[in-house]
Amino acid sequence: MRAPASELPIEFDDVTVTAGPVTILDRVALTLASGAPTVLIGPNGSGKSTLLRVAMGLLAPSRGRITWGGLENVPPLKRAIVFQRPAMLRRSAAANIRFALRAAGISRSEHARRTSELLELVGLGHLADRAARKLSGGEQQRLALARALARDPAVLFLDEPTASLDPTATKAVEDIIRAVSQRNIKVVMATHDLGEARRLAGDVVMLHRGCIVETGAAASLFDTPQTAEARTFLAGELLV
Amino acid sequence: MPTDATALQLVLSGDPALFAIVRLSLYISLSAVVLAALIGIPLGASIALTKFRGRQGVIVLLNALMGLPPVVVGLAVYLMLSRSGPLGAFGLLFTPCAMIVAQTVLVTPIIAALTRQTVEDLWLEYRDELTAMNLGPVGRVTALIWDARFSLVTALLAGFGRAAAEVGAIIIVGGNIEGFTRTMTTAIALETSKGDLPLAVGLGLVLIAIVIAVNALAWTARRAGERMAG
Repeated sequence: MRAPASELPIEFDDVTVTAGPVTILDRVALTLASGAPTVLIGPNGSGKSTLLRVAMGLLAPSRGRITWGGLENVPPLKRAIVFQRPAMLRRSAAANIRFALRAAGISRSEHARRTSELLELVGLGHLADRAARKLSGGEQQRLALARALARDPAVLFLDEPTASLDPTATKAVEDIIRAVSQRNIKVVMATHDLGEARRLAGDVVMLHRGCIVETGAAASLFDTPQTAEARTFLAGELLV
Repeated sequence: MPTDATALQLVLSGDPALFAIVRLSLYISLSAVVLAALIGIPLGASIALTKFRGRQGVIVLLNALMGLPPVVVGLAVYLMLSRSGPLGAFGLLFTPCAMIVAQTVLVTPIIAALTRQTVEDLWLEYRDELTAMNLGPVGRVTALIWDARFSLVTALLAGFGRAAAEVGAIIIVGGNIEGFTRTMTTAIALETSKGDLPLAVGLGLVLIAIVIAVNALAWTARRAGERMAG
């Protein structure tokens, strides 16, 4: 299903991202290695989405550097991302996947098999011919996952993939994320849903105001947070 | 009223002279729209996706060119195609080909400007996805044009409306030669000046009917397509 994880580790070396006078990421040093899902947590505006975009290569750091497998400027051939509100192409569900397969340079003879395989993986086999924009929010999110997986990624970035989904749709998406992770694809996911983070995370990175305030294995970080910010956030109190 | 009745009779009787004019008009206008689409759609999409110095100026110019005065275009094409002009050797002046060229010049900015706006709006929505898929410029343009296809029908209709209604440019470069370069609009102008109102009104009715029919067809196709593709 996937190529060797040559994109890993992804290393942030003192990465800062600014937009005008605003600092969105502030001197972030982080290593994303292969293994269980890494979940980014933190309140809105803490820099989670920006960190994912930098890791995907969609956004260049203002300062510092990022490397993929020890190299800079690696094209995102084996990285894929699902955005919080994925744009559905004005085509059928199957055509959305075929488009991603073509973009990834997959041989045309493989398209029918791969499309059907991916749609089945995300439970949308019966909706292959439905217009993608007419799918429900949860179905669109699953289709976006299938489209991302069409790239046969070594790393999959997910930006709040279950935001605004109901519990049933959330469970369906989380099940797919687990299945993806078991295929040895590195999942890096942003969420502000602590329950979801507990259910999926192997490692957790907590961000606040663009800075990493704490990182660690999920079990220890959730049970014994070391920083005041993490304790406040995990207690469900407002972190401003 | 007698004029209207005679005009209707001309249309309903399938008058050969009238329908020859209708056929030529459609041939010229549709050819111009096809050529203008082949130029204008990629041009508009490229401007939508490309950042370059002076881009805002190009957009303002392109929008302004939508209002090109037909007689000025007719004059410019006339000068290009006249015997002493740079393209005079081709002998195209006073032929349907010259009329197609003139209408293409008029319609291309309309299609390009509307395409630019449509594709730019869609690009805002698709930018992250297409960038994440590592698509090159050609792949992006192709994907955006395909996904904007239903909206682009409106651009084509606007172009067709301009071409079908236009008289100033084609009368200069076509010469309004009976049986050769006489179209509905040039014939209406001529017959009105001659006082042959039944033919002028008949042609006017056909012209309006064609414009309505083409728009209805395109609207139906667009609705059906949107239902299927979302």
